[in-house]
Formats: sequence, C-alpha cells, structure tokens
Amino acid sequence: MSRDKILAALQQNQPELVPLPPDLSFEKDETIDLSAKFKAMAEGIGSKVYEVADAEEIKRLIALDFPDAKRILSNVDEVVSDGIPAFILDADPHSYENVDIAIFKPRLGVAENSALWLTEDLMGVRALPFITQHIVMIVDVAALVPDMHTAYQVIGDADYGFSTFIAGPSKTADIEQSLVLGAHGPRSMTIFLCRF
Amino acid sequence: MNEATKTHPELSEIFNQDEARVDWHDETLWWIRQKRDKSAHSIPEWERLRETASQIKNNVLSGLAGYLTTFEKNALANGIVVHWAADAAEHNRIVHDILKRNGIGQMVKSKSMLTEECHLNEYLEEQGIDVIDSDLGERIVQLAKEPPSHIVLPCIHKKKEEIGDLFHIHLGVPAGTSDPQILTETARQHLRETFLTRRGALTGVNFAIAETGEFVVCTNEGNADMGAHLADVHIASMGIEKIIPQRKHLGVFLRLLTRSATGQPITTYSSHFKKPRAGQEMHIVIVDNGRTVQMGREDFRASLKCIRCGACMNTCPVYRRSGGHSYHTAIAGPIGAILAPNLDMKKYADLPFASTLCGSCSNVCPVKIDIHQQLYKWRQVIVKEGYADTTKKIGMQLMTFTLSSPTVFRTAGKAGRWVLKHIPFAVNNKFNPWFIHREMPEPPAESFGEWYKKNVKKNS
Amino acid sequence: MRVGLFIPCYVDQFYPNAGIATYQLLVKLGVDVTYPTGQTCCGQPMANSGFEHLTGDCNNLFIDNFAEFDYIVSPSGSCVLHVKDHLHSEHAEVQATGIRNKVYELVEFLVDILKVKELHAKFPHKVGLHQSCHGQRGLYLTQMTELVAPYFSKPQQLLSQVEGLELISLSREDECCGFGGTFCVVEEAVSSKMGKDRVKDHLVHGAEYITGADMSCLMHMEGILKREKSNVKVLHIAEILNAE
Repeated sequence: MSRDKILAALQQNQPELVPLPPDLSFEKDETIDLSAKFKAMAEGIGSKVYEVADAEEIKRLIALDFPDAKRILSNVDEVVSDGIPAFILDADPHSYENVDIAIFKPRLGVAENSALWLTEDLMGVRALPFITQHIVMIVDVAALVPDMHTAYQVIGDADYGFSTFIAGPSKTADIEQSLVLGAHGPRSMTIFLCRF
Repeated sequence: MNEATKTHPELSEIFNQDEARVDWHDETLWWIRQKRDKSAHSIPEWERLRETASQIKNNVLSGLAGYLTTFEKNALANGIVVHWAADAAEHNRIVHDILKRNGIGQMVKSKSMLTEECHLNEYLEEQGIDVIDSDLGERIVQLAKEPPSHIVLPCIHKKKEEIGDLFHIHLGVPAGTSDPQILTETARQHLRETFLTRRGALTGVNFAIAETGEFVVCTNEGNADMGAHLADVHIASMGIEKIIPQRKHLGVFLRLLTRSATGQPITTYSSHFKKPRAGQEMHIVIVDNGRTVQMGREDFRASLKCIRCGACMNTCPVYRRSGGHSYHTAIAGPIGAILAPNLDMKKYADLPFASTLCGSCSNVCPVKIDIHQQLYKWRQVIVKEGYADTTKKIGMQLMTFTLSSPTVFRTAGKAGRWVLKHIPFAVNNKFNPWFIHREMPEPPAESFGEWYKKNVKKNS
Repeated sequence: MRVGLFIPCYVDQFYPNAGIATYQLLVKLGVDVTYPTGQTCCGQPMANSGFEHLTGDCNNLFIDNFAEFDYIVSPSGSCVLHVKDHLHSEHAEVQATGIRNKVYELVEFLVDILKVKELHAKFPHKVGLHQSCHGQRGLYLTQMTELVAPYFSKPQQLLSQVEGLELISLSREDECCGFGGTFCVVEEAVSSKMGKDRVKDHLVHGAEYITGADMSCLMHMEGILKREKSNVKVLHIAEILNAE
C-alpha cells in the first residue's frame, strides 16, 4: 500500500521534531484608518469603491453603472428590488451562466490587501461569485480587520464547506505582463463600503 | 542531438543567440523582482514573517508523517476521498481511474506543477482523455505544445505576437492580433465553454491544512474555481510537503506567497475547499514521487519547504538569461536545481552548476531555504557519485597538484604568463572558451610574490 | 598585532598591483604585515566545482602558512568566504578553526578591526562600485537589496574618504557579474552576457573606473571592456584607497 510505504519512509527519514514558533503576533499600527487603507488597496487592485450611506444609494449606483445588465441576483436582503431579485437556489450551477451581476455581503474585509472573506452560506451557490460577469460586494466597515492574522483569528475554527478570499476582479498578466482585468471570473468588482 | 538530451549550457547558448530577446526576458523578470521588493518593503515585519514561515515549515517537515495522517482523517470526515500515490505513474493512474469510473472523457485543469512533474496530460491523452489547461499561460503553452517555462508565469518566454499567432491558428482570431485585451477576451470565451461543459476538474493545492482537512487553491484568474464548482468530480493533486499545521498559519503564508511571486499583496482568489458540493465527488491525491527520498537527505531536505512562489527564478541572473526551458525539467531555476538531482542525478547533473552561487535566491525565498548552499553541496555529491565529466576531473586533479605545492605553482604561473606574453595566439583562440567574448588579462612583468621578494623581503 | 597577507593565486600571477596596493595600504596604516611566500591558493576553484574532497593538501598548506598570525587579511571577498566556510584539516582542525575566526577581507578589516575613519587618498574620478556577491552576501560588506533591512556599505564608507572620488549610482546595485569561477567557461554564454550587462550599467552611468573588492569579478569585466575597446578601466578597491 502506497500510503503505508510513504508514511514508513517519512518516519524513517524525517528529522528530529522541531517545535512551532511560539509567537504569531505581528505589530499592528493601531492608528491606521482601516476604511481608507482598504479603499486604497482595493482601488489599486482594480475594484471600484463607493462609500455609501444606505441601501437605496447602492441600488441607485448599480442601476447607473450597469444600465445594460439583464440578470442581477442579490444575496443581500437589504439590496433587493424589482430590478434586483433575491437569489433563488437552482440545483444546477450551470443555470447561473447568464448572470450579469451578483451581489454578496462578505463576513469580513482585510485592509492590508482588500481581500473579502465570503463563506459558502453567503454565496447562494459556490459557482456564483465566479461565473457572474460582474461582482458587487457590500462591505460593513465594522467588519474590516487590519491584516490576515487578525482575519484568521476572527474566522477561528468556523466550519464551512467552501469559502474564499476575493481581493478584486479576476485578472491575468500572462500575456507579456500586461495586466488585463476580467480573466475567467468576474470582469469587474464594485465595493460598497457602508455601515450596515 | 535532440532537445531532451541537451544540457543547460548547451540550451543556454542557443537561448543567447538572440541577444535582444534575452534582454527582453531578463528585463521582464527583473521588473517582477522589483515589484516583489516594493511589496516586501511595504511590510516592516517582512523578515520576521519569513523567519516565522521558515520555522513553521521546519516543524512540518519534522512531523510530516503525523500531519499527513491527521490531514487524511479530517479530510475523510469532511467527505473528501483521499488517495496516496508513491510515484508519478501511480498518480496518473489514480486520476485516470477516477475519471473512468465517472464516465468522464474530458477534463479541465488549473495550474498544478505537480501534474507537470508527473506528465499527467500526456498520460491522459494516451488513455483517450482530453485535457484542457484553463490557466491562460498554461493554455498558451499547451497550444504551443511546450512545457511551461516558469512555475508561476508559464509563458513568460512568449511574446504577444507569438501568442496572437497561436490564437489565430487555434482559436480563430484574425492574423496579426497581439492586443492582450483582445487575446484574453478570446481565451475567456473559449475557456468559458470548457468550464460549462466539462464534468471533471483537476486543481493543484497551494496549502493543505492538517488541522481541518481543507486545502487552499490560489489563482488570479478564477479558473480553478470555475472548473471545480461546475464539475461533478473535483480532483486535487498535492505533493506531501504542501501540508501546513493549522488554519491560522495561512495568515503567514498568504501574506508571503503572492508578494514573493509577483509583488501583489494577495492573489485575487484564495479558495478554501473543505467539503464537496452536494452531489459532487471531491478527491485529493497525495503524491510522493521522490519527496520521501529528499527528506532523507539531510543537506537537501529543506528544499521541501518550498511553497512554489518562483521568487528565486525572478531574481536569478542565470535563469533570467537562459530561460526556464534550458533547465530541461518541470521546475526550473534555483529551486529546480536542488530538487531535480534527487529525482535523477545523471540527467540533472548540470543544473547545480548553472549558477555563480551569488546567493540572491536564498535572500528572496519566503521560507528561507538555503538554496545557494545546497547548490554547492549538490556539486560535491554529483562529483562523488561520478557524474562529473572526465575532462573536468583531470583538470581538477591537475589544479590540485599545482596548487598544493608553492614551487609548482610559481613555475606554472610564470610559464602561463610567458605564453600569454610571447605566443598569445596559443591561448587567444576559439578553443579557449574565455576568449569567445572576453580579452585575456595582460600578463604582468612580475608576480606579486616576485615583487615582494625583490622589494620587501630583502629589506626585512 | 601581526597580520599575514593572503594574496589570491590569480592576483599573484595576473594582478600584482592589487596585492601591492593592499600591502602598501596596510603598512601605511601602521600594520605589521608579512606575506608568507609559501602560499598558493585557498582551494575555492576546486571546491566550487564539486571537488572539495581534493582540497586537503591545499588546506594544509594554507594552515602551515597562516596559523601563526593574529589576523589574516586578503584583498578577496570570495577567497576569504571560502576559507571561513570550508577550511578544515584532518590533523590540524584546531588551527583551522583558529584561522576561520581570524581571516578578514581587506575592506572589513579596515572598517571593523582598524576602524579607519580617515584615509589620505585622492582619486578624482567617476567610479562605479561593483558589489561582489561573496563579499556582499557572504561577508556582509554591504546590505543586500533583497532584504528589508537598514542600508550600510563598508566599501562605500571607505570610498567616501577618498578625496575627489565621485561614486556613480547603478540601475542594479547588486546583480552578479557572472564570473562564478569555472562557471565563466562551463556556462560561457550566460557568463559573458551577465558580464556584458553589468559593464553596460556602469558605462551608461558614466563610470571612468569600475572597482570592487574582488579581482575575479573585475578581471571578468575587464575582459569584456577590452573586447568592447572601452577606455574604462578596472581597479581593485585597494588601489583606489592607496592612491595619492
């Protein structure tokens, strides 16, 4: 059995046990304006960031920015309207192939790299955040943390089937290092920073 | 001689015939190194992060058997099917079996250097299974029928005009297209079709968490996710060394990985796969393929800490001026040169010598592998095992003889200087490799030793 | 303090001026310096080519010549690094260890041991400083651009004491020149391309002289400069620090 062969070879060849480093704490600059840092990083990576007061403003801006969108789905209760229906589960993820805009509210955002933590239960279906042509994220500023270490502290030992950090629109620089936004995932990411 | 048997010096010589192209390749990768520097310098605690990551990986290697069994237990509890493969052939068979059992004849694959190492695509094609690589760079080299030349930037060696030509032949874009936006859009449409129709998806694994039985896949393009979330069967291939102990350690590694690789703060997607989607099969194949042997080599074991960021390639002045294909192995550059000899010392005996031992690689390695010291040590092993060529051996024995005796040394030196002075053409010709691009040094009238004897010793 | 002067084999045979300048500079600074005439080589060319196991006699000869001194100083970062890392002897290990702890490259000896703050040297020219890899990354003569750490440079510190000297900046401050020992012939194409690029960086920034702490790098770059029929010359840093 390969399993046994591999484990036996390791038992024989691995070195003396070396302990894990005791300290995983890193200096945090407490004076940083998380919202401002997050916005700067997100824009640097290629997202569009709005600071908004309420859900009505969000719906208005989506209509303005995406006048031609035909199919919009929302996983965020506050951001639902006639033009923006709430997400309804279809067993076949392929059926979301023609979604133009999908709206999500991630659990937390990381200021150092604008990564947004979206767990499966907030996605509707796993494929949706990737298959949609454009992605919209509603980010509560109270859910911003400074760095990845803090993010994983907050995440803790949460159970999920799938989860992901999404830091911006999909992209590639594979062709002569020219950055192109919109590879296989969404072509754009719009972030609404708000307080709800 | 066919490409497969050429050595690094031979392949590099061919690469260097087009100097403008070498400059382009070198400058592109140096620019990426600079982006990495800028990114690293924005993190004041960067060096402490590296040290922490290094220590975590040291701990992992020292307890790998235990971590793997813990990972397996937790992954199984999550509903993931776990397979173990002793070598490349077994890995390929396992992947094939999974696809066959599910009646899958077409698979979409996201980036996995492990599958390059195992030559999975060729094996599956021989079994009648069609594989499409979904990472744009990998798709490009797949269409070109070449292996990737860099572990993170697969087609860094290709110009946009060449990519345009490939897309013209295979994807129907108008001849002469070279705009990256247009080419990327074309690939998006073409591969979207692939994602929507293929029932089998294979991904690599960036990190496998022992504590939770989950694994993380990092991409900028979203191709791993597009494949996996639409497929009925998701297979993930991982080398045994991809383990990290706890979920919180991802904080350290995700901060280091992409900054080291390309200078970005993080990849667009860092996807954590824990359980299969309802109705989906999720498999993980844990692969050895020589890693347990490397584990037993005390001097070279640390190479297994590698998180495949590619920073060493970007900084290596030799890699930048010879290109990944000159290393004639799946993983090129400095890290490749210390991993490959373990797999086949004869075939890869040239790689540890494809270096000036400048040490830049070790400095950019996020997990502090002592790459340049391992390159030196591999040279000793390769010579001891008998893979140095005979002319070199004789030359070295002659050098030892000359340098072990002051009188022989002084005589030889004087003779050499006399030859250079009086019959320079004996040395300044095409048989002297130094002379191809450089003038020989001017022979001085007297050596330092002779000067000292004349001017100092007699006065003391 | 008795100092033994270790002159690399190729400096002895082809670049004696670097050795002479080193000797004269140390004497000027009041050092009791002797050149043991029985020395040959540190063994690095063999070791770096994978033949470390042949360097035993070379090592013993080195120990015989240098064990008696308080310090051993050499105008070569790579040779000193090699001795520091690899000098061992089956029957004289105590002396080998002693030597490894007291061997210094010239620049670090001047800065760290003699603590030179004022050189009476004059060299009114534009000079490019090449950071030889082994001296820099092995002996920490200058901070490495890869690291997130404060800047320092021992050779620069010394050159700043030379009257009239103008240090040029470079696009790539610490990229390898491509000499690499036997690498220069085994991987000739890449080696000469690396050298060519390094030289170009200095030329583009107006260097009249290229200097550094390792004659091997300078020899390689000089070969390229002469092939390109350039007027730019190479000089070991000892020759500049000793210039009047």
